[in-house]
Amino acid sequence: MYKETKYLTSGEKALVIEFGDKISEEINSKVRSMMIAIEKKNISEIVEMTPTYRSLMVHYNPLEIGYNSLLNKLKTLESELDNIEIPLPKVIEIPTLYGGEYGPDIENVAKHNGIPVHEVIKVHSSKEYLIYMIGFTPGFPYLGGMDERIATPRLKTPRTKISGGSVGIAGSQTGIYPIDSPGGWQLIGKTPLKLYDAHRDTPILLQAGNYIKFVPIDEEEYIKIEKEIKKNSYEYNTYPKERKGI
Amino acid sequence: MGKIKIISPGFLTTVQDKGRYGYQQFGVPASGVMDNFAHRIANILVENHELEAVLEVTMLGPQIEFHSVEIISITGGDLSPRINGKEVSMCRSIKVNKGDVLSFAGMKSGCRSYIAFSGGIEVPVIMESKSTYMKGRFGGYEGRNLKVGDLLNIAQSETVFKERIVPDKYIPKYNNELDVRVVLGPQTEYFTDKGIETFLSNEYKVTNECDRMGFRLDGAEIEHVDGADIISDGIGFGAIQIPGHGKPIIMMADRQTTGGYTKIGNVISADLYKIAQAKPGDKIKFKGISVEEAQDILKEEEEKISSIKKECLSKEIISSKKYFLKINGKSYNVKVEEVK
Repeated sequence: MYKETKYLTSGEKALVIEFGDKISEEINSKVRSMMIAIEKKNISEIVEMTPTYRSLMVHYNPLEIGYNSLLNKLKTLESELDNIEIPLPKVIEIPTLYGGEYGPDIENVAKHNGIPVHEVIKVHSSKEYLIYMIGFTPGFPYLGGMDERIATPRLKTPRTKISGGSVGIAGSQTGIYPIDSPGGWQLIGKTPLKLYDAHRDTPILLQAGNYIKFVPIDEEEYIKIEKEIKKNSYEYNTYPKERKGI
Repeated sequence: MGKIKIISPGFLTTVQDKGRYGYQQFGVPASGVMDNFAHRIANILVENHELEAVLEVTMLGPQIEFHSVEIISITGGDLSPRINGKEVSMCRSIKVNKGDVLSFAGMKSGCRSYIAFSGGIEVPVIMESKSTYMKGRFGGYEGRNLKVGDLLNIAQSETVFKERIVPDKYIPKYNNELDVRVVLGPQTEYFTDKGIETFLSNEYKVTNECDRMGFRLDGAEIEHVDGADIISDGIGFGAIQIPGHGKPIIMMADRQTTGGYTKIGNVISADLYKIAQAKPGDKIKFKGISVEEAQDILKEEEEKISSIKKECLSKEIISSKKYFLKINGKSYNVKVEEVK
């Protein structure tokens, strides 16, 4: 984390608040806090925000507020950040069916790391992964914190089509494909949840700064959830993330 | 409700409005029109809301058959519009009848035209916008560019046809040599002084790789202090990325929301239309200005649009006569209009 936060210009309609130049949970939590603080303040001149690993891009309407006035407002807000109540991040459970046709590469991952398949599932589903940011394609979460014991290089030949909901591993990263797309990740499972649905009230399920947890399910459960999703009656399981050291 | 039929789609014709805002934090690109000035003027001419959806036409125009009487306007790049084969003027309102066919004879200046329809194009609103995002296959007409045989609905309009014209002085001229103003940042410190000097003092050429997502330029290499990669952060409309090869890429309407290359600066909003209308081979010179100056220019632009709105809505043509003249053996078609 920088000693002093950097405020950078990004054209005349946006500025970037940069908290550090590393990928770390601490810096990312600052990004989330600042974004929540700005949202709470309800600054009407702000159009939207793009949170990323270590910075927050603030898009604003310069016809309503000048660069310097906004800068002062944001700097004041940052200095008061400690006094603003920021809710604990949420953990969203991602029911996942591991292996078989849903995760055809799980044996590769097991073999590569010299552990049995059930151990791969155990390691993968025992962690809460921070959603550092969402980008690349609509709804694609950049997750952090995967266990090195299941790290596996990408496929030598990428697949031309991976169906939305597939859970994969690439190097020491894990992730979920939100929509059908080509890709080279080692597929270990699949979730019936729809990370992205343009016609839903909240088109994107996940939000940067929150966490996800993979929960192993069997095929019966998968089909049941799939039906509930279609009927719009599925209830998402979430719980507050415990704050470290408290 | 009216209908139009696409007889041929041209090179690339899509439905676009102001863009999709509020969803960039979820990785959803903003999309929207490339030339925001032409878009707003097109809507003003047909008395729509300024940000209503229009057709964005690229390089090679489409052929469109009207299944109902409509009021339309065509702005932006001049691709030689014709109604039933007869030339029509840009930047004015036009009444078309059932069975009329709009076509384009070829690129004269600029490369993107905007066609507005009084009442607006009726397509589903997805995430608060009608804009097509082709890569994500959503928005606009079935999430894609228009194809032969597509039928688009045009909303009912209460507007009574009046011939509106944009005064000539407001219509931008598109050049092959562009002067583009930029605000430096956010990664200025990733470049050597020499690198920034190179960027601001050389001419860059638009390559063949230029589309709704971005424009790759060719020219003198811009020097980094220590590599071109950063930890991915946000990208605005007009951001100028400099990857490892040292040549600029200008990020346009369909740009991804985040990226990992250093950005040397951002094209100011008022000059983005120049890029939107640029073609391969065109030359760009960048000039650095302060963020405050850029914001003042944006205000002037807004005032200009207000004036256009006032002038073209008040200037109503009450009579027009056509004359055929011969001067020094050369023939001219002359139209004389009386305005209120």
